[in-house]
Amino acid sequence: MYAQMVKTDAARVKSLDEMEPQERTFQERVDQGQKIEPKEWMPEGYRKTLIRQISQHAHSEIVGQLPEGNWITRAPTLERKAILLAKVQDEAGHGLYLYCAAETLGVSRDEMYEQLHSGKAKYSSIFNYPTLTWADIGAIGWLVDGAAIMNQVPLQRCSYGPYARAMVRICKEESFHQRQGYDILMKMVKGTPAQKAMVQDALNRWWWPSLMMFGPSDDASVHSAQSMAWKIKQNSNDELRQKFVDQTVPQAEYLGLTVPDPDLKWNEEKGGYDFGEPDWEEFFNVIAGNGPCNAERLDARRKAWDDGAWFRDGLTAHAEKAAGRRAAAKIAAE
Amino acid sequence: MATAAVDPAARQAALFEFLARIGDNALILGHRVSEWCGHAPALEEDIALANTALDLIGQTQLWLGLAGEVEDKGRSADDLAYLRDGYEFRNILLVERPNGDFGKTLMRQFLFDAWHYLLLKALKGSSDRRIADIAEKAFKEVSYHLDRSRDLVIRLGDGTAESHSRMQASLDELWAFTGEMFMSDALDAELAEAGIIPAPQSLKPGWDEIVAEALTEGTLKKPADGYMHRGGRRGVHTEHLGFILAEMQFLQRAYPGATW
Ligand SMILES: [Fe+2]
Ligand SMILES: [Fe+2]
Ligand SMILES: [Fe+2]
Repeated sequence: MYAQMVKTDAARVKSLDEMEPQERTFQERVDQGQKIEPKEWMPEGYRKTLIRQISQHAHSEIVGQLPEGNWITRAPTLERKAILLAKVQDEAGHGLYLYCAAETLGVSRDEMYEQLHSGKAKYSSIFNYPTLTWADIGAIGWLVDGAAIMNQVPLQRCSYGPYARAMVRICKEESFHQRQGYDILMKMVKGTPAQKAMVQDALNRWWWPSLMMFGPSDDASVHSAQSMAWKIKQNSNDELRQKFVDQTVPQAEYLGLTVPDPDLKWNEEKGGYDFGEPDWEEFFNVIAGNGPCNAERLDARRKAWDDGAWFRDGLTAHAEKAAGRRAAAKIAAE
Repeated sequence: MATAAVDPAARQAALFEFLARIGDNALILGHRVSEWCGHAPALEEDIALANTALDLIGQTQLWLGLAGEVEDKGRSADDLAYLRDGYEFRNILLVERPNGDFGKTLMRQFLFDAWHYLLLKALKGSSDRRIADIAEKAFKEVSYHLDRSRDLVIRLGDGTAESHSRMQASLDELWAFTGEMFMSDALDAELAEAGIIPAPQSLKPGWDEIVAEALTEGTLKKPADGYMHRGGRRGVHTEHLGFILAEMQFLQRAYPGATW
């Protein structure tokens, strides 16, 4: 999702009997659905996995500002502009909560940025696709925020307290994001033929990348099994993807759109849709840095950071001067 | 003063003009600030700038909405924002200045906020109830904008040698665009006499004080008052505005009559 294919360092999932007493107590608490808090003992693998997942999620929120920010200055009405600004501001806020949640695990925000800028840490593949028309802004809200919600609702029950609580706040805002996206498209499909064509074009381009957000099938993945045992992850990628398709196809029909999948068919027996396989080669290419916008996205983030160094240094220097002056005044007063 | 000879059509035109001036300032500055979205030097700044832009766009809706009402030709705030050409825009030149580095963006914001704050404060007491109501709401937002931009100008002025020199350079460059805020024409004089707006020059002492205090605290040197650029308030802009509008108005111009 916003965190795709997170590694756990596990070779296989241990049983309770194989664990040392401390780890066993930890696992039993997780099994009982108790929340783990920052100061408590936790296995090193659990801590590292959470850092990877939460920071990847945070990076996704931050990089995610860029494709949508691309249309703020071109939004078609003042109201749409205000709504989009509020949305992108929310995403930055999500990044902030998530960086704070990750910091409780002993990593600093600067370190996480460094990992993003060096290309060591990933962010969601979806944000490496371009926003080419205004309909893309609608499609992102509807599909991308929609897929994010699918993944984040179960994360509210994640075993790690700070992450679970960040998710509660975030989920509330994501559903507003999805509604505004759908509303943009609703208005457009009721408009001129050109507007409707723009919406169909957006769906054609965003459908498959949205399905890829859930990551490849992880039924055989030891990392997923370990994450599930730790209750960092609750559902398999395929499960979530199926749920997403089942929820989204009727919404596409309501908009009068054609989902660009010739294999899409309702399956009465399973009570869900059968659908085609995303192009995983494309997915792995995007993850590897070869997506249409990878270079621009990362450059934009690096540039923001590098160009802002003097600003951050200036504030730090001022804070030190001010503290020095306060100390001197105190001494003088004594 | 004698209020006997007020021509309603002239008053309506003057009022429309004033509302376009204040609304266009909010719109164009909001546009400039929103260009930063996702590119600010710290996450907290991304959030704060989006918030400022959001306030300004909200104020635009109110001011231009009222302008359309006063004009009474069926034009909405969106019509005014998206379907006028550059020569019909009435914002001061300061707000269309390119963002430059983050320091210049902050300095532009501070110089504008200090004036905007005083203007709105005075407009809360406008004899036109509709204007007073909008000013009441906008004043709260802009007080916060001023607190923030003033604080950052001080801290960066008195930060490192580099942050100081960047802030000083921004101040020196933007200074010549501040005079337009206090220039007055017949329209201003008429509306000021009717108690609808403050006389522009009446805001100058307060602005000087806010600015001087912040600059002193930020160890920045106030530039000498030389020639002041002007023109925006009567529709004569710099080349920058055309590009802002080309971008902002793209969809409304490319798909005439479509609703979004
Ligand atoms: Fe988000
Ligand atoms: Fe998210
Ligand atoms: Fe969102």
